[in-house]
Parts: sequence; structure tokens; C-alpha cells
Amino acid sequence: MPLSPDAVLARFSKAERALHWSVAVLMIILILTGACLYLPVLSGLIGNRYIVQTLHIWSGFLLPIPIILAMFSRAFRRDTQRLNRFTSYDWQWLKSKRARARVGGVPVGKFNAGQKLYAAFALASIIIMLGTGSIMEFNSYFQDFLRTGATFVHDWLSLAIVVVVVGHIYKALGDATARMAMVTGSAPLSWAEREHSAWAAEQKALASTESPAPTA
Amino acid sequence: MSNIETNTTEVAPEVPGLGSPVGRRVVLGMVGLGIAGVAGGSWLSAGMTDAINSTVPQVSGVFPGAGGFRIYTVISGYPSYDAASYRLTVGGLVDKPLSLSLSDLAAMKQTGLTKDFQCVTGWRVANVPWSGVLLSDVLSAAGVQAGAGAVNFNSFDGAYTESLTMDEALRPDILVATSLFNQPLTDEHGAPVRLYVAPMYGYKSIKWLGGITVAKTVDPGYWEKLGYDVEAWVGQSNGRSDAPIA
Repeated sequence: MPLSPDAVLARFSKAERALHWSVAVLMIILILTGACLYLPVLSGLIGNRYIVQTLHIWSGFLLPIPIILAMFSRAFRRDTQRLNRFTSYDWQWLKSKRARARVGGVPVGKFNAGQKLYAAFALASIIIMLGTGSIMEFNSYFQDFLRTGATFVHDWLSLAIVVVVVGHIYKALGDATARMAMVTGSAPLSWAEREHSAWAAEQKALASTESPAPTA
Repeated sequence: MSNIETNTTEVAPEVPGLGSPVGRRVVLGMVGLGIAGVAGGSWLSAGMTDAINSTVPQVSGVFPGAGGFRIYTVISGYPSYDAASYRLTVGGLVDKPLSLSLSDLAAMKQTGLTKDFQCVTGWRVANVPWSGVLLSDVLSAAGVQAGAGAVNFNSFDGAYTESLTMDEALRPDILVATSLFNQPLTDEHGAPVRLYVAPMYGYKSIKWLGGITVAKTVDPGYWEKLGYDVEAWVGQSNGRSDAPIA
């Protein structure tokens, strides 16, 4: 049966929310401890290198666990499929802010192109930081020039990660409904029709054929 | 009110899985760049460091990635000292135990060394000018006794310790250092006196040096107890810019 105007859509499952928040907490720990290991003014102030280093490394090695666990969630796997794929609308969305802002402008799926790129960047960063961090930690297995190279990549990618994560948090702070969706799991249809019009249309079509949305 | 359309145009519903796998391409592309960066980073960073230091040298003070030092301390902050009452003690298997003030050290023969500083985890600062007194000169002044096989060091931070075999300690590239970059050591770099062990990874270069003890055997130090090598020679194939002293 058709959705009423004040209907609420299921956006993020429990597994997805648990994944997001556990990764978020670990990332914040990694960034803060990383800053204390890297920036001279902080490493002098905070000191305690061995403790801070241990906290940083443990947080890094824990990071893949929620991701691996989330792979068991059908809802998450379906969303990764959405995040991976770009249609011509995604390129249009990226090219023109004005086209986006126009009412009924570019159709946007469950995730807009910015969110898709962010997810890819986040996954790649986790892989690269874990790899280069492992070279720095298990350094006896690697020749010195590889350790130097790993440190180089780890240094500069960490700065890019900070910039991108700050951008992510900034965007989240700018949309309370989107934020609440990652807390409660649901978002109002009216918000979806504005922000993710093609997803809203898909959900409406699904509702009218009475097939249930995945909730696992 | 009964109508569920809100916009003027009907939007085509999203079809999940339609489109090109840009996400996967971004991930693979970035990981590929990361691998290239690990392989070539040693050379890239040396070039980058030169470029940054010749244009905006202040950057390396903030972002060590631009060829600067990372500052390590294992206690909270840096230990304090008083310049007038500071003494470097030299004891153990020596004929004449010493208690050297900063002016005593300044009066001894000074040696300069310009060498790379290489950390075991990979970061490197190229061509760093150090000066101070050769460790072997300090040991001669105290008179090393027969049977002495090692030199152990302790920091006045109360936590950090290090060691060298006697053969290593007598090398011409090991300094009891008092200056760095042609300035007296600053607190973050181990003021007023530290060790600089040029041929080995940076953790051997104990900061805030308090005492030197000549002994029969090596006493594994702070990081060695946490799993690092006692013999911390920098590897042959490390792309270091300075020439090793045999």
C-alpha cells in the first residue's frame, strides 16, 4: 500500500549503525593518538610514547573487525553495492552544484556521489594505513628503504584523512535528519524525497508492491 | 494530500547495482598508489624534503613528514635539569670515576659529525650536524679497566636506558653530544647532553643523558626490553645519504 507523506523509511540497519559508530570511535582514537605521536608540540606535551603508541596500534588492528563482522549483514552488503556503482547522474551531481540545488534537479540514490567517494576513500585509507603501519611496527621484516617509504605514505595519508574526516563531520553537523538516521536507523520520506529522490522513489515503489525492505 | 508525489517531475527509482564500479576503482587505484609510495617513498621524501626546506623550512617543524624530527619521550614531557648543577657521571669499571659539568665537557676536545639520523620505524633526517665529545675520549679520561666489555647508559628522565659493547663504544662516530644544528641541544632533543650513535637506529641515541657506567656485559635498554635489537645497526640497503664509517 502506498506510503503516506509522513512515512519513515528504514535507512540503516542495526549492523550498519554499529559498524559506523565503532569505526568512528576507533578512527577518532587513531587520529588523536596519531597526532600525539607525530606532531612535536603534542608528543612533547603528552609524552608516554610507549603507551600512546600501543593504544594507536591496537586501535588500528581492531579496525577491520567491525568491517568483517558487517559483511555478514545483508543490508550492509546491499549498501556496499550501491556505494560502489556510479551512474551518469553521479557524474552530473559532482559536476554541478547548481544542478543539484535545483528542485527536482539531479536524481540521487540512497547515497550521493560524494558519499560514495567518501566510502571508497575510507576503505582504501584503512587498507593503506594498516599496511604501512604494519611495516613500521613489524619493521624487522622489511628493508630500511621500505620502512622509510611506509612512513612517508603513512604521514601524508594521515593528513589527508584528517581533512576528509573533518569534512565528513562538518557535513553531518549540517544535516540533523541525516545524523539521526545513523542513530535511529530511520529517515522521514520527506527528507529522502529532497536529498535522495531516486531512493525515495524506489522505496515508494517497493512499498506499493508490498515487498519488505531488508532489515537484517 | 493523498498524492505521494511532492516534486513536479517524477524521479526514476534507483536500481541498485546499476552503473560502473567506480568505488572499486578508487579503492584499487589508491591502494596501488600506496604500494608505489612505499616502494618509492624513500627517494620521493628525500627530494620533497629538499624542496620544502629550500622554500618553506618552517613546515618541517610542524609536519615531520617534511624531513623533520619526530620527538619521542617515554615519560610525560621532558625531564628538567639545572645547567649549573648538571653532572654527567662516568663510573663502573674505570680507574677514575668522573663527574663532568657542562663546562668540563666544553673544555674537552670537541668533535663534529654530520650524519643522517635514522629511526628504526623508517623516518630519517638527512645530514644532521652534531657536536660534542667523542664517547671514546670521555672513556679514556676515566680510564677503562681490563675486563670491561660494555658501556651502559641511563637517562635522568628516570626511565630510559641504553647500552653499547666496548668495541662499539670506542668507534669514531659515537658522540657525547651537546649541540645539534650548531646550537646547544634543546629540551626536546635531549638537553643538555645526549648520546649520538651515528651507525645505529635512533633509539640507541639516548637523550637527557645522566650516567655512563662501564661494565662487563651489556644491559639491554628500554626499547630492547620491548623487543627491539640490542645491536641496532642501520641496514646496508637503506638509501641513507651519508657514508658509513667502517
